[in-house]
Amino acid sequence: MTVIPPTNLVDETEADTRAARPARKMSRAEKRAMAVKGKLSSPWASGIAIVIAVLWTVPTFGLFVTSFRPRAEIRSSGWWTLPWNPELTLENYQEALFGSSTSLATYFLNSLVITLPAVLIPISLALLAAYAFAWIDFRGRNLLFVGVFALQVVPIQVTLVPLLSQYVSWGLAGSFWVVWLSHSIFALPLAIYLLHNFMKDIPPSLVEAARVDGAGHVKIFFQVLLPLLTPAIASFAIFQFLWVWNDLLVALVFAGGTPDVAPLTVRVAELAGTRGSQWHLLSAGAFIAMIVPLIVFLALQRYFVRGLLGGAVKG
Amino acid sequence: MNGLRKRRGYTAAAAAGAGLVLVLTACSGSDDDGGSGDGASSTTDCTAYEDYGDLSGKTISVYTSIVDPESQQQIDSYAPFEECTGAKIEYEGSREFEAQLPVRLQAGNPPDIAYIPQPGFLKSIVEQYPDVVVPAPQAVIDNANEYYTEGWVNYGTVDGTLYATPLGANVKSFVWYSPTAFEENGYEIPTTWDDLIALTDQIREDHPDVQPWCAGIESGDATGWPATDWLEDVVLRTAGADVYDQWVNHEIPFNDPQILEALGTVGSILKDSERVNGGWGDVTSIATTPWNEAAQPIPDGACFLHRAANFYQANWDESLKVAEDGDVYAFYLPGKTEDDKPLLGGGEFVTAFADRPEVQAFQAYLSSPEWANKKAEVTGQGWLSANNGLDPALLQSPIDKLSFDLLTDDSYTFRFDGSDQMPGAVGADAFWKQMTAWIAENQSDEETLDNIEAAWPQ
Repeated sequence: MTVIPPTNLVDETEADTRAARPARKMSRAEKRAMAVKGKLSSPWASGIAIVIAVLWTVPTFGLFVTSFRPRAEIRSSGWWTLPWNPELTLENYQEALFGSSTSLATYFLNSLVITLPAVLIPISLALLAAYAFAWIDFRGRNLLFVGVFALQVVPIQVTLVPLLSQYVSWGLAGSFWVVWLSHSIFALPLAIYLLHNFMKDIPPSLVEAARVDGAGHVKIFFQVLLPLLTPAIASFAIFQFLWVWNDLLVALVFAGGTPDVAPLTVRVAELAGTRGSQWHLLSAGAFIAMIVPLIVFLALQRYFVRGLLGGAVKG
Repeated sequence: MNGLRKRRGYTAAAAAGAGLVLVLTACSGSDDDGGSGDGASSTTDCTAYEDYGDLSGKTISVYTSIVDPESQQQIDSYAPFEECTGAKIEYEGSREFEAQLPVRLQAGNPPDIAYIPQPGFLKSIVEQYPDVVVPAPQAVIDNANEYYTEGWVNYGTVDGTLYATPLGANVKSFVWYSPTAFEENGYEIPTTWDDLIALTDQIREDHPDVQPWCAGIESGDATGWPATDWLEDVVLRTAGADVYDQWVNHEIPFNDPQILEALGTVGSILKDSERVNGGWGDVTSIATTPWNEAAQPIPDGACFLHRAANFYQANWDESLKVAEDGDVYAFYLPGKTEDDKPLLGGGEFVTAFADRPEVQAFQAYLSSPEWANKKAEVTGQGWLSANNGLDPALLQSPIDKLSFDLLTDDSYTFRFDGSDQMPGAVGADAFWKQMTAWIAENQSDEETLDNIEAAWPQ
């Protein structure tokens, strides 16, 4: 970058008069808020934000356009040539959805069957663990918590072979059980850590008051904490949902690629065909696989942002 | 197994056999006895399957690198076996096969049968997991010796033990061209290497704006493999099959002067901006052109020649006719002289990881002509086998027929793709990468071969 955007974008004298007039009536905090707002909403910043947004969206848009172009067009020219050969077709979607021996609906269902328990199990366990770490005083609590926290460092790749041999000796390999189990194992450290931080944020007086009123751990957990934790749970649920839905590695290694257990990602990965001759279907396949996470994300988006911020910035 | 083969001759006529068919098809509940109905496959003759015994309720898992749409043809080709023996084949294809198979073997979760596409990979698996890989049973050995040439049997053999039998095959020594363009310009199919070069110059002279050859070696994380095929094909032609074998087995160093000469010959086409890269750009565009797109300029006349295997046919637009009198076709990449006919190819190998009777029976079935013919029957195009019991009339695409003719013609010297036989560190790594650098960075011939030699595991 050679161009450094100027920090003070508004003409100085003009800015002075603008800031000076309301300053008489405003408190310091309000003034600071105004200044920050002014900086953030300067035309330059907006311009840069728009440019970044466009740059980020162009590839997605290109993929979207490509997914509607006929095979020969995809192979011979880029999506930006659409205005010159405006030929569009639904054939790619048709082929991606119904072209294979096993209908894509099977894989959709597998993805759902994998994802729902793989989201619910870690959340339930992590809530209980987080409660214990936050509100039950026991010996070695901090040490244990650091231990759980440290588990996040372990890359899942190093666990694949040992876990798989364990599953094989239990006779579970190739079933949904191992996928649920593995996703829960991999999600728990982060889930416990995040939910613990949320629980810690709840004022202790609230919990103490409940205790004085005679509530036990179970009652406190379900009737005092759980309602307050909804945004946190929702945000982690989205997080975990997206991760599991988009996961290829865990499903491929533990469940394998047979149609009775393979999720959508496995199918999309194979859409291009043995020697890649069908690669024009990939863009359509990508959009089909994207629909569910997109819906989930858009529907729960406000929780996502609120939940993540709640964990990160206190105050 | 002898009985099996003898019986094959007078199948349909034998009354006892016919009776058995009725019993077995009735068991599987798929078809009525008298129904001549829809297609030949519905009335399966089970006499050839008698020796496999009754395998009802048994399941055989198959793990391969062959995925949709080709996998459906595989699954269809198992139908007679399933129908006649009652066994069930659980098919699983994955493009991550080569990464996943070792993981499964290590974790103790092997499939019953895997189709391994590289003899080099087979060898390393036998070395690393000797207790998991099961040597071929006698029935399979008999089939292999009867229906495959010694060369093919040897590719499935490690240290004198036969582990795997060939499944499909492909032929790589082909040059794709447009018969119509050749006819318009009065070009002849070259029969010697010199003719090919003369034709190249002729095309360049007639069409000064066009580079005669087009090529592309981009293939994701396997980028560079089409260039290794180029070099292998040319080594077979300039140095001969014996030197090729020594080179592949590392009896001579990778950077032997004879290989250097071959690479120079490849470079005389692939690194000459007068000769490449028709329809795509300059020499370096070869490295960035996807291999399965590379020949697309041929029908447009922006390029005339493209060296690629028979399986390139799957990449042509459906509107193009792949035939000698069609829009695109391929001719044999000629040898030094008309009598010198080396042939480069590849294939998959059926490897078993279990010795249960049903697995052995299925392995025997896959090495039999019954399977090869059934496979040819259910495959539209793009498949052939080196099984000499395969009936060429069943192959449905002209290029498959041509490939099969070349494979079974004794005047052609067949050699398996060298990079597939070399250790993984070379054949699936250094060889690809250095050939890519040779083109993309204009790395010298010497440096390229020296670097690959240095990567050979000691």
